[in-house]
Amino acid sequence: MPRITALLALLAAVGFAGLVYAAEEAEDAEHEAKHPEPQQWSWSGPFGHFDRQQLQRGYQVYKEVCAACHGLRLVAFRNLGEPGGPEFSAAQVKALAAAVQVNALDDKGETIQRPATPADRFPSPYPNELAARAANNGALPPDLSVIAKARHGGADYIHALLVGYSDPPAGFQLLPGLSYNPYFETHQIAMPPPLASDGQVTWPDGNPAATKDQMAKDVAAFLTWAAEPKMEERKVLGVQVMIFLAALSGLLFFAYKRVWRDVDH
Amino acid sequence: MDNANVTRRDFLYVATTAVVGVGATVSLWPFIDQMNPAADTLALKEVEFDLAPVVAGQIVTIEWQKKPVFIRRRTAEEIQAAEQTPLSELKDPQTDQARVQKPEWLILVATCTHLGCVPSNQLKGDYGGWLCPCHGSHYDTSGRIRKGPAPQNLAVPPYAFLSDTKVLIGAAPKPAAQANHG
Amino acid sequence: MHGTHSYKPTTGFTKWLDSRLPIIRLVDETLMQFPTPKNLNYWFTFGGILTFMLGVQIISGIVLAMHYVPHEAMAFDSVERIMRDVNYGWLLRYMHSNGASMFFIAVYIHIFRGLYYGSYKAPREVLWLLGILIYVLMMATGFLGYTLPWGQMSFWGATVITNFFSAIPLIGESITQWLWGSFAVDNATLQRFFSLHYLLPFVIAGVVVLHIWALHVPGNNNPLGIDVKGPADTVPFHPYYTVKDGFALVVFVLFFSWFIFFDPNMLGHSDNYIPANRLVTPKHIVPEWYYLPLYAILRAVPDKLFGVILMFGAIFVWAFLPWLDTSRVRSARFRPIFKQLFWILMVVILILGYLGAQTADDKNVVVPWLGLELPIGKLLLARLCTLYYFIHFLVLTPLVGVIETPLPTPESISKAVLAKNGGGVAAVPLAKAAE
Repeated sequence: MPRITALLALLAAVGFAGLVYAAEEAEDAEHEAKHPEPQQWSWSGPFGHFDRQQLQRGYQVYKEVCAACHGLRLVAFRNLGEPGGPEFSAAQVKALAAAVQVNALDDKGETIQRPATPADRFPSPYPNELAARAANNGALPPDLSVIAKARHGGADYIHALLVGYSDPPAGFQLLPGLSYNPYFETHQIAMPPPLASDGQVTWPDGNPAATKDQMAKDVAAFLTWAAEPKMEERKVLGVQVMIFLAALSGLLFFAYKRVWRDVDH
Repeated sequence: MDNANVTRRDFLYVATTAVVGVGATVSLWPFIDQMNPAADTLALKEVEFDLAPVVAGQIVTIEWQKKPVFIRRRTAEEIQAAEQTPLSELKDPQTDQARVQKPEWLILVATCTHLGCVPSNQLKGDYGGWLCPCHGSHYDTSGRIRKGPAPQNLAVPPYAFLSDTKVLIGAAPKPAAQANHG
Repeated sequence: MHGTHSYKPTTGFTKWLDSRLPIIRLVDETLMQFPTPKNLNYWFTFGGILTFMLGVQIISGIVLAMHYVPHEAMAFDSVERIMRDVNYGWLLRYMHSNGASMFFIAVYIHIFRGLYYGSYKAPREVLWLLGILIYVLMMATGFLGYTLPWGQMSFWGATVITNFFSAIPLIGESITQWLWGSFAVDNATLQRFFSLHYLLPFVIAGVVVLHIWALHVPGNNNPLGIDVKGPADTVPFHPYYTVKDGFALVVFVLFFSWFIFFDPNMLGHSDNYIPANRLVTPKHIVPEWYYLPLYAILRAVPDKLFGVILMFGAIFVWAFLPWLDTSRVRSARFRPIFKQLFWILMVVILILGYLGAQTADDKNVVVPWLGLELPIGKLLLARLCTLYYFIHFLVLTPLVGVIETPLPTPESISKAVLAKNGGGVAAVPLAKAAE
């Protein structure tokens, strides 16, 4: 009798998982966006963690390629030096911040620019949405702070999108000003290919070649960190918690057996 | 039940209870710690200030750790008046030298030690320093209480000179960098 | 059946307290001495798990409320600030968001356990009705809470659900605007939703107290569905069920922790990380998974008002179960036909849940994972399943109670347990600790 119950419970669990999976996958099929090819990411799995070098390269790609149009307003410069991220040194963080201008008020109450400090957050390239649209043919370049969590597929999607630009197939009606990209919802995206050529960014010595694919991977990694700066801390604590709970459940199981040993049930 | 059984059973129950207790106690910590200042608040623990634009006799008010701070570039007369005040005239005796690292720069927490108002920069009071408009406390050119209900001198925050023109407020000065006064 | 053993205060302090506020007596009698059937299986541990989850949600919610800002200009950013800057904020947030899903997993198991073992039948009708009330309050609380991060799904989910009320004839539009506090879902809506989201869990806690009280009058049901005949059928709640519930709870928390630490966004929707935009509707508005079967029923009906009525009806039909079910036997273990119907209903509800996540067109059904396309449209299948769902409760349940021949039920729990364990001398429960 208990075996059948367990089997039925398993069946229900599988059904439930299917429910949740369906909620995710069904909408993907309907979007008709091409499914991004899964990549190997260093942070996958319960023991995964970011590759510091990759995050630093990715930051450079963001700064030199993306930051002209895309903000990162939820990230502060000090985050670049904190554990679990690119882990730039304190001096580097200060310098990276100081190289960026942020808004401030002078004593007449007028807006001026001043160098950023580590406490500041990344500034947005446009003062507001209207200005952003006006500068981009009506399209709004989204802020990238949580983009890796705001798109189904996360880093896989970002990478596939960035390297996925191609010529439209025969008969495809491409609207003027848009570029063909099969990984995007409607297959035509307002962003022109941002990674146009290899070597677009010059990384310091000791890093891999700056191919389009590598730059796309690295900025996808950086944006994943930007969206989840606590990921490493979360996984490390998670492993500790799971081990503790497994041990405790073992103890409780034996205590349960002991308590019930002399009772028919 | 023989003794050995009781011991084994008790050990299992004690161990289980202890582990549950440890787990529950450790689990409490995030709920307590979340009330501590968050990272963005802590990032403003220290504030850097550029002294170059400040002229002699000028007082600037900035914010540090959510509190107002006076940065005053003292004139020679103000310095002299502060240094030559006899300690017997002070309600809260402190030499001027103990309150500044460089005599030209007076950095104080702009919170009246009476009931917390911000003393006025415009009203210098009877001793050339500050007058607190709330209950009439007079501070001198070293920020010391001279007259009125305030019990203590204006507090001096920790600060360190990064250079002749840059000061970091909130950081204790490194021992080598600290100028020693009398 | 009430405890035959009474609490006797021994120290001066406990005697003093007992004559003024017998709270220790209450705890002793309801949580320690309380005679509980000794044959409860693990499906019966979910009540304790639910109580724990309510506590988790309330405590994590209260601390989150110390940092969250319920204003449309700051809500999204305040949640991100919790995730990035508040000490352990990420943990508290993920605990709360995944905790809601865990709460619903547990409540569905708890409800379906009741359905299977006939826990809704006399004399536990009020217990059952209070449970339905708790479930409805949970649905409301979950809905209100999901709007708070003010992402795209928050905003548009709020728009869709509040628009239900506009289906009411004559006064619908006024009621909806009154709910909104504006001409559409707006800052006014968000602020009041936060207030109500904070309030309802405490209402739930109050109803839970009534629910447990209503349980303690007749005592727990058990897998055999037969009444407790005497002390041989029961064991005191402590230590027998404190340890069993404790074990089940830790296993559940292990499952919960997997989501918090290793896949915290799996049960959510990526669109909710896009800040709310009232000018752009997401291509596909999907409620959280625990609403999906009801959402499918809503969309199966072409008429707006009737769809809303049927959706709420799908919950309220459960309230009539004690009177719809004509069987004298409680537990499905002894009801072979009812047992089949139970599992068919489970499958139908799962199918409805799957359909609730689909886009609102009438393409053919595609089986998940296998990618197999079935020769039936989504709308038709949803309608058939909805029809079956109501037929199950309104037609089959009363019918089966009458026409089914139940298997013979055991004389008593202790006899059934003895028979299962191969007869022999009935063992005596562990001697209680010093009184």
